[in-house]
Amino acid sequence: MFVYADNAATTKTSKTAIDAMLPFFDKIYGNPSSLHEVGQIAKEELEKARETVAKCFNAEAREIYFTSGGSEADNQAILTAVKMGERKNKKHIVSTKFEHHAVLHTLQKLEKQGIEVTYVDVNKNGVVKVEDIASAIREDTCLVTVMFANNEIGTIQPIKEIGAICKKRKVIFHTDAVQAAGHINIDVVDMNIDMLSISGHKFHGPKGVGALYARKGIFLTNLIEGGAQERGKRAGTENLPAIVGMAAALKEAVDNIDKHAKYVSALRDKLIRELSKIPHSVVNGDLVNRVPNNVNMCFEGIEGESLLLMLDMEGISASSGSACTSGSLDPSHVLLAIGLPHEVAHGSLRLSLSAENTEEEIDHIIKTVPEVVNYLRKMSPVWDELCKGELNHVI
Amino acid sequence: MLYSKKVMDHFKNPRNVGEIENADGIGEVGNAKCGDIMRIYIKVDNNIITDVKFMTFGCGSAIATSSMATEMIKGKSVDEALELSNKAVVEALDGLPTAKIHCSVLAEEAVRAAIKDYYDKNGIEYDKEKFKDCNCAHCHA
Repeated sequence: MFVYADNAATTKTSKTAIDAMLPFFDKIYGNPSSLHEVGQIAKEELEKARETVAKCFNAEAREIYFTSGGSEADNQAILTAVKMGERKNKKHIVSTKFEHHAVLHTLQKLEKQGIEVTYVDVNKNGVVKVEDIASAIREDTCLVTVMFANNEIGTIQPIKEIGAICKKRKVIFHTDAVQAAGHINIDVVDMNIDMLSISGHKFHGPKGVGALYARKGIFLTNLIEGGAQERGKRAGTENLPAIVGMAAALKEAVDNIDKHAKYVSALRDKLIRELSKIPHSVVNGDLVNRVPNNVNMCFEGIEGESLLLMLDMEGISASSGSACTSGSLDPSHVLLAIGLPHEVAHGSLRLSLSAENTEEEIDHIIKTVPEVVNYLRKMSPVWDELCKGELNHVI
Repeated sequence: MLYSKKVMDHFKNPRNVGEIENADGIGEVGNAKCGDIMRIYIKVDNNIITDVKFMTFGCGSAIATSSMATEMIKGKSVDEALELSNKAVVEALDGLPTAKIHCSVLAEEAVRAAIKDYYDKNGIEYDKEKFKDCNCAHCHA
């Protein structure tokens, strides 16, 4: 049996998205910037897609800028806020310790250029405290950037509350909503979001396309100079097939959001309930404030990459925050940020589901994971020492 | 694929897994904080390594290099086993990704640690210079 349980990494492109995209390769292939009819038809479709995406977040079409993906949108949002802050001599950013690298690495680069960043701690449940964000905001803060839902442990952050504080304190608020869009309801007006990043392939759209929502009044800084596409804020001929595919996928996801959430969260809860029976295991991240499709657990005494390879051999595609899967020495900064010790964080497993997963697939995971964990523990000197009492159990 | 067929073979079907009761030498290297620990047990008879077993906590290549290293020293003399280099282990596995070379270093060091333990337990003289503690950045980061 093959089970794809890595939907936080990417999703299968939906039939709706593929069908929407196909005419844009050989029928509606015009350049939206061309004046002739073929180009103008393409332009019309581009604007329809913009309207569709805007509606999904209660935004206006002219507030949506198409990008190459979530990372580009994050980069552009942060650099925009810094540029706007410079004019008022504001050089401080508030963020959290467990942001996606598209945000963290951009912030680290800015720190080298003289911008000061406060990385607010998250609690052990993987949720940032609104008070902590509020108290980190200073007179010279130009941006608060907090992710909507964490990519590894799936925890949902108090975005509306943070948005309200930012509005009151007159600070630009950006959220990386890559893991949230299409999975949970987002209303940029109600939540006081100034900028928001999304990525097409996280909700069954195509890869290589995303969008940045920037509220009216936000003066975007270009990352790419060139033509006047995207209201002059993002040069380069629009990737129209991908944009149309993303818009179709997003609409489908948002139209079915409650139905899918109910179905997928039931599968998630079954997985969590059953896999928690494995001795010395722990579920990472808040169980309530959590996207419907995320399961993240650690198993003591084993290492994540070997766990993934074994699961792959049993037909299960999953992910881990172990150092070995990241190519660095340290395990996931997210798992460390919620206070897990290194040795435990190395043994993490992320299963991220979609509405395409079946009950049978979940049962296959429930049967396989304990077998693989047991097998790896049997050959683990760490587990041996834990069993003999030479090491103390942490979880 | 990230790993060669040989690596996957040794990962899927690791040779010499387990422990040896009353082993003549036990070597353990690495630490759980970095995500790799290897423990190697040897049984020595007339200066020949007659049996060898391993236990490893680590990634796919950590398990595969342990397995390969044990296979390469089994039946060899202690002196020959001491000559085992991480390079030879990597070659025998048809290569490892650059980020995983440290696993082969750990395997070499686990073998040396087991032999050092055997020397110490049996009062055998050896050149201390040749058995310096592991100093690679990986374990001491």
